[in-house]
Amino acid sequence: MKVTVTINGTAQTADIEPRKLLVDFIRTELGMTGTHIGCDTTSCGACTVLLDGTPIKSCTMFAASADGHEVQTVEGLKNGELHPLQVSFKQNHGLQCGFCTPGMMLVGKALLESNPSPTDDEVRWAISGNLCRCTGYTNIVKSIQAAGAAIEGN
Amino acid sequence: MTTTHDPITTFEVGGVGHSVLRKEDDRFVQGAGNYVDDIVLKGMLHMAILRSPVAHARILGIDASEAEAMEGVVAVVTGAMLEGYNLAWMPTLSGDTQAVLATDKVRYQGQEVAAVIATDPYIAKDALGAIFVDYEELEAITTPQQSLTTETLIRDEKEGQTDNVAYTWEAGDAAITDAAFAAAHRVVSLESHYPRSHPSPLETCGCVSDVNPITGQVTIYLTSQAPHAHRTLFALVAGLPEEKIRIISPDIGGGFGNKVPIYPGYVVATAASLVIGKPVKWVESRSENIISTGFGRDYHMTGSLALDENNRITGMRAAILSDQGAFFADAQPTKFKAGLFHICTGSYDFGAAHVTAKGAFTNKAPGGVAYRCSFRVTEASYLIERLADKAAHEIGMDPAEFRELNFIKKEQFPYHSPTGFVYDSGDYHGAMTLAKEMIDYDGWREKQRDQDPNGKLIGIGIASFTEVVGAGPSKDYDIVGLKMFDSAELRVHPTGKAILKLGVKSQGQGHETTFAQIVAEELGIAANDIKVIEGDTDNTPYGLGTYASRSTPVGGAATAMVARKLREKARKLAAHLLEASEDDLEWEVGKFSVKGSPESFVTIQDIAFAAYTNHPEGMEAGLEGVHYYDPPNMTYPFGTYIVVVEVDQDDGTWEVVDMVAVDDCGVRINPMIVDGQITGGLTEGFAKANMQWISFDDAGNCIGSNFMDYLVPTAWETPRFKLGETVTPSPHHPIGAKGVGESATVGSPAAYVNAVVDALWSRGVTNIDMPVLPHRVWGALNGVDVKP
Amino acid sequence: MYPPAFEYWSPKSLDEALTKIQELGHDGRVLAGGQSLIPMMKLRLAAPANLVDINNLTDLAYVRADNGHLAIGALARHADVVDNDHVKTISPTMASAAPWVADPLVRNRGTVAGSIAHCDPEGDWNSVMLAVGASVVATSTSGQRVIPIGEFVVDFFTNSLVEGEMVTEVRIPRPTGSAGGAYLKLERKIGDYATAAVATFLDLASDGTIANAGVALTAVASKNLKVVEAEQMLIGQTPSPELFADAAAVAAAACDPESDVRGPAEYKRAVINAYTKRGLAKALVQAQGGAS
Ligand SMILES: Cc1cc2nc3c(=O)[nH]c(=O)nc-3n(C[C@H](O)[C@H](O)[C@H](O)COP(=O)(O)OP(=O)(O)OC[C@H]3O[C@@H](n4cnc5c(N)ncnc54)[C@H](O)[C@@H]3O)c2cc1C
Repeated sequence: MKVTVTINGTAQTADIEPRKLLVDFIRTELGMTGTHIGCDTTSCGACTVLLDGTPIKSCTMFAASADGHEVQTVEGLKNGELHPLQVSFKQNHGLQCGFCTPGMMLVGKALLESNPSPTDDEVRWAISGNLCRCTGYTNIVKSIQAAGAAIEGN
Repeated sequence: MTTTHDPITTFEVGGVGHSVLRKEDDRFVQGAGNYVDDIVLKGMLHMAILRSPVAHARILGIDASEAEAMEGVVAVVTGAMLEGYNLAWMPTLSGDTQAVLATDKVRYQGQEVAAVIATDPYIAKDALGAIFVDYEELEAITTPQQSLTTETLIRDEKEGQTDNVAYTWEAGDAAITDAAFAAAHRVVSLESHYPRSHPSPLETCGCVSDVNPITGQVTIYLTSQAPHAHRTLFALVAGLPEEKIRIISPDIGGGFGNKVPIYPGYVVATAASLVIGKPVKWVESRSENIISTGFGRDYHMTGSLALDENNRITGMRAAILSDQGAFFADAQPTKFKAGLFHICTGSYDFGAAHVTAKGAFTNKAPGGVAYRCSFRVTEASYLIERLADKAAHEIGMDPAEFRELNFIKKEQFPYHSPTGFVYDSGDYHGAMTLAKEMIDYDGWREKQRDQDPNGKLIGIGIASFTEVVGAGPSKDYDIVGLKMFDSAELRVHPTGKAILKLGVKSQGQGHETTFAQIVAEELGIAANDIKVIEGDTDNTPYGLGTYASRSTPVGGAATAMVARKLREKARKLAAHLLEASEDDLEWEVGKFSVKGSPESFVTIQDIAFAAYTNHPEGMEAGLEGVHYYDPPNMTYPFGTYIVVVEVDQDDGTWEVVDMVAVDDCGVRINPMIVDGQITGGLTEGFAKANMQWISFDDAGNCIGSNFMDYLVPTAWETPRFKLGETVTPSPHHPIGAKGVGESATVGSPAAYVNAVVDALWSRGVTNIDMPVLPHRVWGALNGVDVKP
Repeated sequence: MYPPAFEYWSPKSLDEALTKIQELGHDGRVLAGGQSLIPMMKLRLAAPANLVDINNLTDLAYVRADNGHLAIGALARHADVVDNDHVKTISPTMASAAPWVADPLVRNRGTVAGSIAHCDPEGDWNSVMLAVGASVVATSTSGQRVIPIGEFVVDFFTNSLVEGEMVTEVRIPRPTGSAGGAYLKLERKIGDYATAAVATFLDLASDGTIANAGVALTAVASKNLKVVEAEQMLIGQTPSPELFADAAAVAAAACDPESDVRGPAEYKRAVINAYTKRGLAKALVQAQGGAS
């Protein structure tokens, strides 16, 4: 079947099997590999994308269901210059191996849009659908908070 | 107390002691990392593995005809086919032999039985359902205790194997230890199981194998922590010419020991690519990762301490029964069958210790990898720190005070331990003092005394660990014969920028930054002007890889040494440029100047340029070199962790309400990265203490085979940590660093468990094994046996 | 990791959906949030021949306060009922449960109605619904039925929908007096299903006695369990710690948990006991106008 998904602002059409998962559509049909796969039980959030602005796990949605919708991936964060989240993850050592990072940043983005200066607990709650094995989370929380402050400061 | 190392370089140069921002992050934050699963080659096929649904069975037949006939299926590979290439079995890192694809029997649930090669991963997965295997089920042996008494022989194919014993081993001195126990005033004992756990890096294991049918060139993109060693093993196993094998470890999404072994999937994918002549990708699912690839721990430990009338430890005994799974596949130095478990005397000063260890085969996945650990030092540290706490409680002494009484004193270093280690440096009292101060230890003890006995119970737990990392001196340490040195190659270009190539391989530790900082420290070239390359066997010098906290102690030392070699050459060039004698020159970060006339100097950049444009006659051109570093000793990071928990008596849940971690890893190259490593390690330690384990039912079914059942903490459950540091440099490491990747996973589990047991001690609870699950706490409080 | 093949239908209206569901009969399955169905398909535990994706039926994405009840449309996501004012006023039990269902990302996609239809005994919503006396609106091409939740939840992964029907709405009645409720869940981490959980609900008459009560349990029987006996004990009584303790003991005795890696049956019973007491106490504080 033919589906058209607007990815990072560009409409992308492909002919796919209905069973194609959104994450595979993004990674293999479109060749955008910033969205990762870390589990098979919808537990880890490495595949997080924004669906019409809301973070979801793209491993647990068929690309067919995204037909006509907007999807944002990590590749869409940078807009000429790095997004404040990208800057703050760097500055606060919010990543180590980088595998969970795209998902964490996208969840952070959605969170900051509704809550520009979240508390430590609020960030932890928001990212509790995303696993990280390296950082122990402290610096991810700091990175998201710092990005919020940076966005507010502008 | 020791102090932080003050940087000698400016922040712009970014040498040792600066929190230089990570160079690798630009690509990661833009989703431009390049992991194995991101690699797409022309004509690439996809592989999926059929795994055994049962723990122990004879294979009577495999019918793959239906699968083979499916559209999109290129081939189905079985063990029988691999036998034709002599590839049905492969060596493990502990000298055993492991099935690649099962031929005779399956010996654990999840074992590789067949593989489908297809044009699309969805089709490959579909085809697995169309392969029919006829199994004759056999008794499943699920515990090492059962393994040692049963008639069932798990490794019946192995010549000379008449029982289920994988190995036996001992260390220390039995006679001296017996004497210490005979003279003891008191003996404190503990039986404990350090449960099976899995590293589960967020990226699973996988490869893309690309054998060029025309040139015979084999390129394998591999989730490998040790690409050079893997190349050699591939050459030995597959009989391929080593110069034609190129292993590329691209970005690795976490390793933690999981990516040290060679897995059957890599071998099958490579064999398939060789036969089919097209690249083959295999990336395992999370469930496959957990049920089949290298687990960690699974040590059943019995330990005891002998104490004299002054509460001084005088001796220690430890007996290990390890659950190896179906194949002995521990990733560890050849000489040491129980890894470095014999460091189990820990931070304490006493002269007698004896360790015995026995490994048993069971019908479980093989492994025994050093999961964020230097070869079983985690189990060792856990045992001694649990014992120390138990001893203090039995005596009725404050656990901090008991430790302080028994610590090795600062002035005793280098310290010769009773099992043969020579601790390089330490200040255990210093770390303890700082930790107590930071957490307000006395304050918490007071709150504990005043608590409502019907409310949540406060517990305070301590662990004062000593690690042994940086394997290792090549006279003692090798893996399958490969000596555990490591290497660095440094090339300084004419414009004064450099490329550093290493034998180790980052999996998130930030090598591209840290190792550049070592060069910056030694040569004064800005860290940002140094490109670090790892993980490509065609383009980096040989090394044993990254695990067991060895990168900084060994690879980092090699980096410092090669930089120093270049500095010596630079001195000659400087003398030439300044028309002075070498002896009259003085080195100061980034430049040589003439003693007494500081205005007459040349920078390292000037020198680099001269090395290619104006070198003196008779001197080799260029400014580059390579160094293979063979460490004279291991390094011994240490620290004290203190945890405060509150235990809910109704449901047995417990929460960390305060935690301090004081680490001493010697000189800190990049403090930001060091803190990141510690925070991550504390979290993994918490995971193991609180929730993360793999268990099996009596039939050998793996419980905890995916992230719904194998529990990994989220940001929500993870405690909030306070970090402290002391700095006691390693006297033998070129820059005094000790390695820090694993300290917190090694040290922290005992602290959490000690805290919960401390909370319950007054209720008669003396031990709860990890993970300290709510129902176990509840069972302990209510006298109910709650196995598992 | 890869689901099996199926035919995909994505109706643009409820009528179109119902016609398709009718036509496919047993060969069709509704795809709502997909947060249970897709994981099962990926692990090859489910292989439906046809999926009828209802995600385009955006008219059903409502959480409304209707006359006598709170109405939750089939496309309302778990996230839509977290921190929702209608939910907070009408069903404190539901408000208390909402943040603890799955994880934040799963909640953005999974639906309340889908979860109810799924009838996983470890699922949270059916306990809530049993405690508050909800009903389910089942719609087909031939009309609508309003099914009391107790009749809707049949057993382990089994509901009482008949061929051609789908859930279009879930209704939670408004309390008649001053109400409070709680959902206490023992989970090992975020994203975990309950080891055991208790939904409690108290509706107080003006004299302070209990006019209506709900107690229902998660993950301790082959389906979510409404403890009618405990509810009957509470109704008409003046609330007291002793009364709650008695009701809790009844709840603990009523359940039939399995011993597993999360703990022995005995332990789960103890948790049910403790959480029922705590839940009722919380519900009472809230019903009496205090903070929950
Ligand atoms: C990681 C993870 C953790 C989770 N944790 C929890 C938890 O803690 N507690 C909990 O309760 N749940 C949990 N869930 C499940 C989650 O709540 C699901 O959203 C829910 O069970 C199903 O809702 P859905 O909309 O996703 O339904 P789907 O997955 O789309 O469907 C589930 C089933 O219901 C049927 N169905 C769906 N909608 C309708 C309808 N309108 N009419 C008729 N039939 C319908 C489908 O045909 C299918 O059989 C978790 C899920 C995941 C992935």
